[in-house]
Amino acid sequence: MRALVWHGTQDIRCDTVPDPEIEDDRDAIIKVTACAICGSDLHLYDHVIPAMKKGDILGHEFMGEVVETGRGLNGTLKKGERVVIPFIITCGECDQCKRGFFSVCERTNRNRNLADKAFGHGTAGLFGYSHLTGGYAGGQAEYVRVPFADRTHIKVPDSLTDEQVLFLGDIFPTGWQAAVQADIQPTDTVAIWGAGPVGQMAIRSAILLGAKQVICIDSVPERLEMARAGGAIVIDNTHESPVERLNELTQGKGPEKCIDAVGMEAHSPRAVEQVYDRVKQAMMLESDRGSVLREMIYVCRPAGILSVPGVYGGLVDKMPMGALMNKGLTLRAGQTHVNRWSDDLVRRIEEGQIDPSFVITHRAGLEQGPELYRTFRDKKDNCIKVVLRP
Amino acid sequence: MARDSDGSKSGALARIAPDSRRRPDPATEGLAQGLGWFSLGLGAAEIFGGAAIARWLGKPELTPVIQAYGVREIVTGVGILGTTDPTPWIWGRVGGDAVDIATVLPALEETNPRRGNAMIALMALAGVTALDLVCARNLSEAPLRPSRRVRSDYGRRSGFPESPEAMRGRARDFEPPLDIVGPQAMRAWTSAEA
Repeated sequence: MRALVWHGTQDIRCDTVPDPEIEDDRDAIIKVTACAICGSDLHLYDHVIPAMKKGDILGHEFMGEVVETGRGLNGTLKKGERVVIPFIITCGECDQCKRGFFSVCERTNRNRNLADKAFGHGTAGLFGYSHLTGGYAGGQAEYVRVPFADRTHIKVPDSLTDEQVLFLGDIFPTGWQAAVQADIQPTDTVAIWGAGPVGQMAIRSAILLGAKQVICIDSVPERLEMARAGGAIVIDNTHESPVERLNELTQGKGPEKCIDAVGMEAHSPRAVEQVYDRVKQAMMLESDRGSVLREMIYVCRPAGILSVPGVYGGLVDKMPMGALMNKGLTLRAGQTHVNRWSDDLVRRIEEGQIDPSFVITHRAGLEQGPELYRTFRDKKDNCIKVVLRP
Repeated sequence: MARDSDGSKSGALARIAPDSRRRPDPATEGLAQGLGWFSLGLGAAEIFGGAAIARWLGKPELTPVIQAYGVREIVTGVGILGTTDPTPWIWGRVGGDAVDIATVLPALEETNPRRGNAMIALMALAGVTALDLVCARNLSEAPLRPSRRVRSDYGRRSGFPESPEAMRGRARDFEPPLDIVGPQAMRAWTSAEA
């Protein structure tokens, strides 16, 4: 089969690789009908997430048709069924899964020892996202093996198109959980850093959940335009100071809720801070650039909430813990507990409250994947979201 | 590859401001970043090794001048690496190159026993100047950011069936789980009027 394969830093190729096979009774094989390049895939492309190996198949946002099932699925999945696959692999049986904290499933990360060393305690297995999260083959491919398939799937109605439901596997629930974690109230101003795909979903989620005012901070014009279309007030941080503008929009009080939809490769609009972070990163004295986190902590209204769906991989320097502690801020972060929100979000798409396909800007075949990784990373050709059809 | 040009089902056409910013290709961006790091390194070398460089050129009296140039290089490096549009800073480097060349040229005089070193320095300066010029020109000639048409298209992509204002609060039926948002007594900025 054809698949997008990681060969090294900024070296992704569309290769012919062996077809996946059933390895466990709880496996299923999916014929992929649509997959997407996620912003977090770019961390692998740039190799700022460690533990990648040459030959790894990428992709964690995909959907398709069940073509083969293991003997242990007990009728939960049948051949021919149409499913979206959550990027988090969940067993459904461990203590965390039973509580709905699927992204920290205790059983699906088969490299748990490695993850334990990195994070203290490991988290769930992920598709196509380094050996730190299990080293599972990803879904930017013609076929993919889904482990724990009896729990790791979302059935979607035939009345909805692939493009309407594809993002149920990652960016839509990720934006939604970011907003839910912020516990949005009708009196809230919600500030969202990053107008990429997750930021766009977080904006729509915050609007649907009833925030009084949603503000989005970014520097890319077309992304800001799309954010504005979704109901956000936009701040272009190349032209205006987010702190000054956010205070202005909140009568000097600051936003009650702040969402970081940028993550570890943030670009600070402040020259000294940007150079500081880049120098420290180059000298391996920090792995992640924390300018968005610092700005959020600084500008957030006291007793407010910081929600972090943006991906971080290691260490961030110069965190203003004094402000965080003294202002009584709450920090909520984490990978998305995808299945926890699936039923609700499928219903909202079916009811027509939202059509997540608005974010798609580029469509192509798998062979053009490597080129589109570059296009997406460089924000060329006004690229915001890429969908590939294997 | 097909770029989608289909707008969303609704949403008001956003106000579109003209945008004169440019979007250089990644190689030029990479070159600019490299020149930024080079500026920082050279600046540090000139500040801390200014006396040695001046002696090497056979012009020890240039020590404070070279150290001042080091400060200029550091400021330029910070400017290049710290802004989203390094174009003016790279042109600043081109100007700095001219000043550097003018400073080193007198060291070619026949009475200078180190004139060979001055020649090496000038050749290096010429190479760097060429890189700076290529980078500055590419940055200045890079395509402009998205066209009015694209921005207009994206400005219609709300994803909602009605205007965002009409959709505000449409999911208020959602009950946030208490194991995520915490117990009622600890929830920040709940329904109390701000």
